[in-house]
Amino acid sequence: MANSLRGAAAIVGAVDAVSATGKLDRTVAQLEVDMISAALDDAGLTIADVDCVMSNNGMMASLDLAERMGVQGRFTDSTMTGGSSFEVYVEHAAAAISAGLCEVAVIVYAATPRSGTNPFASGGPARDPGSPMMMWDLPYGSGLPAAGYSLAARRHMHQYGTTSEQLAQIAVSFREWASMNKNAYSQDIITIEDVLSSTKVAEPLHKLDCCLVTDGAGALVVTSAERARDLAKPGAFILGAGTAHSHGMCVSQMPDVTTTAYSVCGPQAMNMAQITHNDVDVVELYDSFTITALLTLEDLGFCKKGEGGEFVADGRLGPGGALPTNTNGGGLSYTHPGMYGMFVLVEAVRQLRGECGERQVNNVDIALANGCGGLLSCTSTIVLGTEATL
Amino acid sequence: MPRIEPATTPLTEPFWDATRNNQLSAQQCGSCSSFVWYPRERCPKCLSDDLTWTNLAGEGTIYSFNIMRKPGNPMMADMVPYVIALVDLDEGLRMTTNIVNAEPESLECGQRVAVDWSVELEDGRRLPTFHPA
Repeated sequence: MANSLRGAAAIVGAVDAVSATGKLDRTVAQLEVDMISAALDDAGLTIADVDCVMSNNGMMASLDLAERMGVQGRFTDSTMTGGSSFEVYVEHAAAAISAGLCEVAVIVYAATPRSGTNPFASGGPARDPGSPMMMWDLPYGSGLPAAGYSLAARRHMHQYGTTSEQLAQIAVSFREWASMNKNAYSQDIITIEDVLSSTKVAEPLHKLDCCLVTDGAGALVVTSAERARDLAKPGAFILGAGTAHSHGMCVSQMPDVTTTAYSVCGPQAMNMAQITHNDVDVVELYDSFTITALLTLEDLGFCKKGEGGEFVADGRLGPGGALPTNTNGGGLSYTHPGMYGMFVLVEAVRQLRGECGERQVNNVDIALANGCGGLLSCTSTIVLGTEATL
Repeated sequence: MPRIEPATTPLTEPFWDATRNNQLSAQQCGSCSSFVWYPRERCPKCLSDDLTWTNLAGEGTIYSFNIMRKPGNPMMADMVPYVIALVDLDEGLRMTTNIVNAEPESLECGQRVAVDWSVELEDGRRLPTFHPA
């Protein structure tokens, strides 16, 4: 592929702050700088090495955050694509580093919806009254994210015969991973029956089909592959990247609610990485809802469109399964502060480094990290590999 | 019935005015003939600004739907369970709406529906919803 980013850059620092209580006793501003400091320590770099900050927490977020840390950057990014923002940042950082526009980028996220204010309790974050979503969707009572995702789930069931039991198995498998993660908010093993008997939120989705609402924070450091090789810890080399979007915040504008933009960005990232599905050792994906995970696996090509229900039904996503997925427990069981994409990347790096203890998958050389933002709107896939895969 | 009241803008005023007479309408592109939903400044198929408000028949098919057991916002707490649906109108548009005057459990994807004007907003505009045909 022309202009490939394959092997140009690596994630060399990856940390998060997540508590089994769901709460973090720090402000967002404190968490942001604490995470950056910890990620630089993890990378063996200092703030003096940083020439790019990427963040979207507020207006001109990356500039303000850089100012607070005394960083004068030569590349910057405050892109907001919701939960996929952090995969997009990794893609942009790799491109900028590859082009010589910067050398060390830090990416940060922090949110405290559980100990602070949960924007969805009052119908979602404040929006411009003239925005399409406010004028054409929210008057119908679609303020909960589950409203839009349940429409995708219902249509998938209608079109392909997917069942609530099959979706529930996804939550069951991810919970098995969470039972081995002492920082996960939900660690108790659950059954398909537990999912089906949990409160109905937006049918066909139940409470246990929906992600958590917890505090959480994390940071990543990205630098050139050349520099990564000199650092103490092994780098997670960026082998492929892709981002695509199908619509904005109005679900009526998604051409086919059963097919996400992963069908575009997934193949792009995997082609760039020069890998096939058999090369993937672990998948970390954005499970805002069980249906999100199912659509992601189909659109990435791990199974055919419409066969996702059958694909996940044998428990293959869980510990000991053929396709270890969401090994930290995912947004359904580990943490979900609103934009889960940061934690997808942190867990992928940890699996590649072999840092995951009891939940570590054997011989991980290739990890797929997938973010999804908006209402199935903007997806981004990052392929990460150990140095041996270069 | 409390709801988030949709703002009216100069662009969308013809749409809302028509709802006062129980008439569903949408823009149609004079260049490529596409119907446009939701109202736009230019046609999202060909970027032409030759858009004309056109009356719609108000009939369509349920593409997908849910049953909201938890309210989408606190002001709708008294309305649960209610149904949010994506309806494919016969003119080739897909809109977000509610299915009203129906038993939620009886609905199916592919079911025929017709526009329903029973939801009146505070200023006399009406919010188009649908009921089984």
